[in-house]
Amino acid sequence: MTLFGRRGALLFVLLAVAIALPPYCGTYYTRFATQIAIYGMAALSVDLLLGYSGLITFGQAALFGVGAYAAGMLTVYGLTDALLTWPLAILVSMLFALAIGALSLRTRGFQFIMVTLAFAQMVYYFAQSLRNWGGDDGFTLPQRDSLKFISLADHTTFYYVVLVLLVLVVLLANRIVKSEFGMVIRGIRDNERRAAAVGFPPYPYKLVIFVIAGGIAGLAGALMANHAKFVSPATMSWQLSGELLAMVILGSANSLIGPILGAAFFLAFRDVLSDFTEHWMLFFGPLLVARVLLVKDGIWGMLVRATGADDKLGEPKVDFPEALERAADSKPGAAK
Amino acid sequence: MTLALLVEQLFNGVQFGLMLFLMAVGVTLVFGIMRVINLAHGSLFMLGGYFLMAALAWTRSYGLAIPLAFVGAALVAVVLEIVVLRPLYRRGPLDQVLATFGLTLFFNEAVTVIWGREPIPLSIPPFLTGSVEIIPGSAYPIYRLVITAVAIVAGLLLYLLIARTRVGALIRAGSDNREIVAALGININLLYTLIFALSAMLAALAGIMMGPLLSVEPGAGDPILILALVVVVIGGIGSVRGALVGALMVGIFDTLSRVLIPLVIQTNATSALVGMAVYVLMAVVLLFSRTGLFAAHRG
Amino acid sequence: MSESLLEIEHLCKAFGALVATDGVTLAIRKGETHALIGPNGAGKTTLVGQLTGELRPDAGRIIFDGRDITELSTARRARLGLARSFQITSIFDSFTAEGNVALAVQATERHSFRFWKPAERIARLRQPARQLIADVGLSRLGNVIASKMSHGQHRQLELGMALATHPTMLLLDEPMAGLGIEESRAMSKLLASVKGQYTILLIEHDMDAVFSLADRITVLVGGRIVASGTADEIRNHPGVRVAYLGEEDDAGDVRANG
Repeated sequence: MTLFGRRGALLFVLLAVAIALPPYCGTYYTRFATQIAIYGMAALSVDLLLGYSGLITFGQAALFGVGAYAAGMLTVYGLTDALLTWPLAILVSMLFALAIGALSLRTRGFQFIMVTLAFAQMVYYFAQSLRNWGGDDGFTLPQRDSLKFISLADHTTFYYVVLVLLVLVVLLANRIVKSEFGMVIRGIRDNERRAAAVGFPPYPYKLVIFVIAGGIAGLAGALMANHAKFVSPATMSWQLSGELLAMVILGSANSLIGPILGAAFFLAFRDVLSDFTEHWMLFFGPLLVARVLLVKDGIWGMLVRATGADDKLGEPKVDFPEALERAADSKPGAAK
Repeated sequence: MTLALLVEQLFNGVQFGLMLFLMAVGVTLVFGIMRVINLAHGSLFMLGGYFLMAALAWTRSYGLAIPLAFVGAALVAVVLEIVVLRPLYRRGPLDQVLATFGLTLFFNEAVTVIWGREPIPLSIPPFLTGSVEIIPGSAYPIYRLVITAVAIVAGLLLYLLIARTRVGALIRAGSDNREIVAALGININLLYTLIFALSAMLAALAGIMMGPLLSVEPGAGDPILILALVVVVIGGIGSVRGALVGALMVGIFDTLSRVLIPLVIQTNATSALVGMAVYVLMAVVLLFSRTGLFAAHRG
Repeated sequence: MSESLLEIEHLCKAFGALVATDGVTLAIRKGETHALIGPNGAGKTTLVGQLTGELRPDAGRIIFDGRDITELSTARRARLGLARSFQITSIFDSFTAEGNVALAVQATERHSFRFWKPAERIARLRQPARQLIADVGLSRLGNVIASKMSHGQHRQLELGMALATHPTMLLLDEPMAGLGIEESRAMSKLLASVKGQYTILLIEHDMDAVFSLADRITVLVGGRIVASGTADEIRNHPGVRVAYLGEEDDAGDVRANG
């Protein structure tokens, strides 16, 4: 199908750029690209909830931060095997997600947003109170974790590891949203009432996707801790939760790739503008407002349309009731 | 822990609770009637404090500065409503959350540009300094008593407005059926602008009154906003009564827990528990009732 | 006398001072097509809500297939075999027509916690879906995104989704709602073709459809049952004619009130 070909080509180009460009441009850009990949992963986890499940969460930064703290603490304690600390970080964030989700998902809409925000704040204050771990200032990691025999101290090596993980997460998330589970989640998003009427109890499915997304955010957090060799409560702030939402919407929700592009845009915007002024937020705020009020689509959506890679499904060619009559007439028990 | 200290903390809790009420009632009115989530509400609290500070610096008189600060906040609210809020009425919660979040980012940065990042202390008006013995042996600041009284008066006026006036009836009607109110020839745009301005003024009032107690700084409104949201969750969306009960609960619970918990539990985890107490309260209420204590809306 | 599949016992529901369901007692026999008619505001929607589990009755019981389902959730009831179609179209907008039905088919499985295989390639979901799509007359529209379909096509899809879950009972809430005369006749034919395979509780205003499809009819007015019986009995019931069937218009046709 040409459709798949075009979109696949687009993705291939993006991947090729991601592989080749940053190391070519030097250490600064390699580190920058690593940051994009990490935030992209966190934003993707938000998209799983927002775009695919219809769950607007203002607390994903908490799970990101939990992953960072878990990985950081383990590393400080001497566990520097990434194959041990990173899965543990994922596990811890999934447990937090389970606890937060179990309570939050009993609410809907506005309440859900506020409750996720509130619980995230709770985790934030908790982190701030950890005197032994630097309190509000956070703590540094003596070194990055290492992967078997590969030291991750080198920025380029680390970048490629992160990139591989990002690609794996994208592939995994893609499978999940296309699976039977994914269908249920999307059905619940489209019409929860209908999903229940057909026989799917919404709560368990929402909880599972919430936990999965939490795990992905936790992995991103663990990577962030290793990237910066520094962890602080700022990684859990509600501003970051909001920024993750912004990345998703800027890049195109409901697309998995969009959030990564959104992260790239956000970080690039910040990087470029901070060269001119420390008050770059003065421009980002209105930009976000403008995107919401004036622009219909995000970066990925625009990219897809611009290259003609969008699907043209959905054009009905037959008229009701002609088809209906025909169908009814063809049934064995139908009266003529 | 003496009785006098306990009573003093109780008073503080009520006062804090009433400030939260002023914030929460604005949030719940705007959401209950206009179905808009406004995360920029905290910015209006913050701007209240900043405008007071700026007006004071300019006029050197509290008598002039306070009204000026109100006017400033009202102007900002009206412009906000027309430019940003109005298009959001028809949109979903995500758009509303993101747009108002963008506003918060903007305002937090804007005050930094104009007044810098450092917290700016505000002094209590000279005629309100000093304390009074409400219980023998315990001197309670007059200023806190005064702002408590102001908040109570504001609450009563709000109640009268909603329950007893034509405008209040319109507000209550508007929450039930937009189309009918519009069809009656009443300018719904104007009504919504008024409601929004009202909620903004309440937030600014809280900001103005808390200014001397908290000092004015970028992002000052954010923790208050979050607590106000907790209040709305506990009290139930759309319910003014719920906002009052919830606010008092949160205010008293938060204040008392900060004092009592360190007395009972003396470990390193104390400060964590203290900050988390309110959220635990919220979790318990949620377990008890999914929509809060007094939810006004069936939906 | 065939046994009852659905028994409603003294169901009561009030919203403040408004009594929407006033001691409704009704038994739907296995295999029959039972119509529930009544003017607007009679409480049909509230009754349906209580049957599907979206509303909790204040008093009374609902017994389905011998089981007390009064406390069960909507999803549980659906899994026990009680399917419904919605009066106001309620479908999965971003899915294709076939996808909508496939998801309904998927609901019949014990659980859907499978994360790997793409659902679109699972034959045991797509085959029955394609068949059902054809059965309800949407065969050339299988790959159309549901949100792009017309209202009439949505009504077909509603029926298709209800059928997909292998129900024992169909609760059809105004399947003709918003359909023109031609479309209504076609839908009526479609319903006639499945009549007898399922027990059907049909809520409708379209009297032609009601009288041609229903084995028995129950009339609900003001939250109470005022009459229940065969089509002829209802047609000639004095109280019903006045209270609900309304005046004959100039053309001598009986038009329903509401």
